[in-house]
Amino acid sequence: MARYIGQRVIYMIITLFLIATISFVLMKLLPGSPLANADKLTEAQQEVIFEKYGLNDPIPVQYVNYLGGLIQGDLGISFKYDNRGVSDILADRIGPSAQLGIQALIIGTVLGILLGLVSAIYHNGISDYLSTIVAVLGTSIPSFVFAGLLQYFVAVKWGILPVATWNGFEYSILPTIALAIFPMATCARFMRTEMIEVLNEDYITTARAKGLAGTAIIFKHGIRNALIPLVTILGPLAVGLLTGTLVIEQIFSVPGIGEQFVTSVTSNDFPIIMGTTMFFAVVFIVMILIIDILYGLIDPRIRLSGKD
Amino acid sequence: MRKSNWLLLALVLVLSSFLAACSGGSNSSGGSGGGEGSGDSASGSANGDQVYNLTIGDEIPSMDSSLADDQYGIQWTSEIQEGLYRLAEDGSLAEGIATGDPEVSEDGLTWTFTLREDAEWENGDPVTANDFVYAWQRAINPDTGSEYGPYMMGGVIKNATAVNTGEAELDELGVKAVDDYTLEVQLEKPVPYFESLTTFPTFMPLNQKFVEEQGENYALEADNLLSNGPFKMTEWNHGSTMQFVKNDTYWDADTVQLEEINLQVVKDTATGVNLYDTGAVDRTSLTAEFVDQRINDEDYLPVPDMASWYLKLNQNRMGEETPLANENARKAVAQAIDKDGLVNVVLNNGSTVSNGLMPKDFVKGPDGKDFRETNGDLLTYDAEAAKEAWATAKEELGQDEITLEILTGDTDLSTQMVDYLKEQLETNLEGLTVDVMQVPFQQRLDLDTAGDFDIEVSGWGPDYIDPYTFMNLFVTDGENNRMAYSSEEYDSLVEQASTDNATNPEARWQNFLDAEKVLLEDAAIAPLYQAGYSYLQSPKLQGVFSNPAGNDFEYKWAYADNAAAEE
Repeated sequence: MARYIGQRVIYMIITLFLIATISFVLMKLLPGSPLANADKLTEAQQEVIFEKYGLNDPIPVQYVNYLGGLIQGDLGISFKYDNRGVSDILADRIGPSAQLGIQALIIGTVLGILLGLVSAIYHNGISDYLSTIVAVLGTSIPSFVFAGLLQYFVAVKWGILPVATWNGFEYSILPTIALAIFPMATCARFMRTEMIEVLNEDYITTARAKGLAGTAIIFKHGIRNALIPLVTILGPLAVGLLTGTLVIEQIFSVPGIGEQFVTSVTSNDFPIIMGTTMFFAVVFIVMILIIDILYGLIDPRIRLSGKD
Repeated sequence: MRKSNWLLLALVLVLSSFLAACSGGSNSSGGSGGGEGSGDSASGSANGDQVYNLTIGDEIPSMDSSLADDQYGIQWTSEIQEGLYRLAEDGSLAEGIATGDPEVSEDGLTWTFTLREDAEWENGDPVTANDFVYAWQRAINPDTGSEYGPYMMGGVIKNATAVNTGEAELDELGVKAVDDYTLEVQLEKPVPYFESLTTFPTFMPLNQKFVEEQGENYALEADNLLSNGPFKMTEWNHGSTMQFVKNDTYWDADTVQLEEINLQVVKDTATGVNLYDTGAVDRTSLTAEFVDQRINDEDYLPVPDMASWYLKLNQNRMGEETPLANENARKAVAQAIDKDGLVNVVLNNGSTVSNGLMPKDFVKGPDGKDFRETNGDLLTYDAEAAKEAWATAKEELGQDEITLEILTGDTDLSTQMVDYLKEQLETNLEGLTVDVMQVPFQQRLDLDTAGDFDIEVSGWGPDYIDPYTFMNLFVTDGENNRMAYSSEEYDSLVEQASTDNATNPEARWQNFLDAEKVLLEDAAIAPLYQAGYSYLQSPKLQGVFSNPAGNDFEYKWAYADNAAAEE
């Protein structure tokens, strides 16, 4: 196991290095200036400012400086937010994004599993059709539509929850619901399919033949086996939530990281773009690693093939 | 058995890491929740709480007055700091740290300001002439990397450009403290609007001791700021909320009635409108799609922007004469566009038709009349005249089919606008084909600098209140000309205004009026519209001045009339 993880960590580092390099090259190819008023300054005046940010150095020198900083964990200084460190900016913004993402993931998966179970157990019954409709709507309607509807009805019309902004737990409820819809629907569909398949397996028939109670069969033999494949989609769902919060963060005025990313791209704030890219890359890769390890733990066949 | 243990362990691990992250998240947001409920408390008794809750479109990029270079930075540094003068109602100048009018030498090059002795920093230090010298040197210092420092000071304050490019020492900058309360400024050339410049953040004083103590952290958080203006910043939750409260140590604190301004970052217009409708904020800005719904509401508020938009008509593209070198061709293009349709249908955001270069209500002459009022409409929509001029132009050029390329940005609004312009031009001018070239902002700048376009949708927003900021744009080989327009008459009028007539307001004013007439008689540009913004604003907001340049709004004289909001 240790060897397997060690191997994976080395691959991770190589992947991160490649991502860092490719995004650096792409950044240099981007047309544009980080200056807010490039149209008002003469070229000589612009040179003076570029000097401060090290943009007058040859590109290989900039690349080495950038990689050097990255290795030491220094993401540099923002161009747009004068003198503000990129790490500080990201640190300020990870909290709200993580809170929303985690709340949405927990609610989404738990509700999704329940919905999927109900569907599978009452296969082809009314509750199956109802929960399938919910699942189909959830995957096909974009989250920002839900966000707009929630905001309009729950907050403006009924006045139950705040419209937007970020001042405490009640402010996170609507964005969490809007975000949870997609993972819920995805999990529900997945769970339903898996559960129906598992319930038709021979060992379930054996369990029934042994005379086990219906609930015991479903909980002890059914759910546990149906859950295994679900773990695989949790990773991508989690990363999707972290990056996918962008629109939701904007609609609910949440000071999160996705929103920061887009703002930086439009203002050519290279250090923040690079910092956010690396952050997302690390989260994604670590998430995949965790999922792989978890998967190995749950299903020994994976672990064995990893060792061979 | 063994398997289920593993599963349990894994689940516990995953859950505990979730929970840990969860509680961390809610802790940090709990700490930032100080300003809750202020939205509701505003609707109290008549003229009750002096609190404004406003939306802001983005995080403030910088609260460092030397570095502030966007609308939000300029807006809020202007509220917590004060320069020699301050913009008051209708863009007039009010006393700031300077008292009375400056003493100006006969050649207009030496300006001496007397500072008030009762002005203090928040920490009790007096505001002295040295604070100005330090701030101005800091803004032009190449190590600071300020954009507005070299832009606002270059060519204005003696040696500013040389200091910025490292050819002169910092102390050679033309500003010195004669004594604690006397500031002497040397200019490169007579700059009659210099007082208006001093209202801009770049020219605001800084407390050297405080700034140096803070070092790299200066202006990064609310605690790293020192106010000498009407308000001080007390909270700054980056990307989310900001709070400004009245600064009791401000020399004119008696005038300031507003106790608190809360800002909430809202990027989505629909969210802003929902917040406004539920009373959580007192003002929010509208985009075109919301204007139609709200234009008849009592709290709909259009605010003119002083940015002037026009088509640049390039006469010589990269060394080759374009059809627009022909005056009749330019006149045809300039008169062929129905600008009413452009502002009312396409833009629909409070913009108004423009028939000159200078925006309306931007600057008044010595006679007290608005520039636009005196010069009137110079180049209007006239399809018949356009067709006639176009026929003449085609004859003179000996061409029947003409193709022109129009350069513009790549935003949604640019797309809608350029589609409209193409349709108007091709319909009204027979034999004209308009090719559209849409590029990102920076690439547009590069193409503009190179003069690589036939027609460009272009605009200019002023940074100080004087006709020169607009009239200087089109002098021969000027930085912003780039369309090969050259008129001796225009050049000499603008030149006279900044030399011979620099100290003669009437003659100088006349120079600018005449220069604009020459520019538009030549149809060097085709005026399109004056930009505007639309807001929903609660009637409780009173005494908020909207400025023609610098900070968009001035809150020093503002107050909350809660009784008006109740009605």
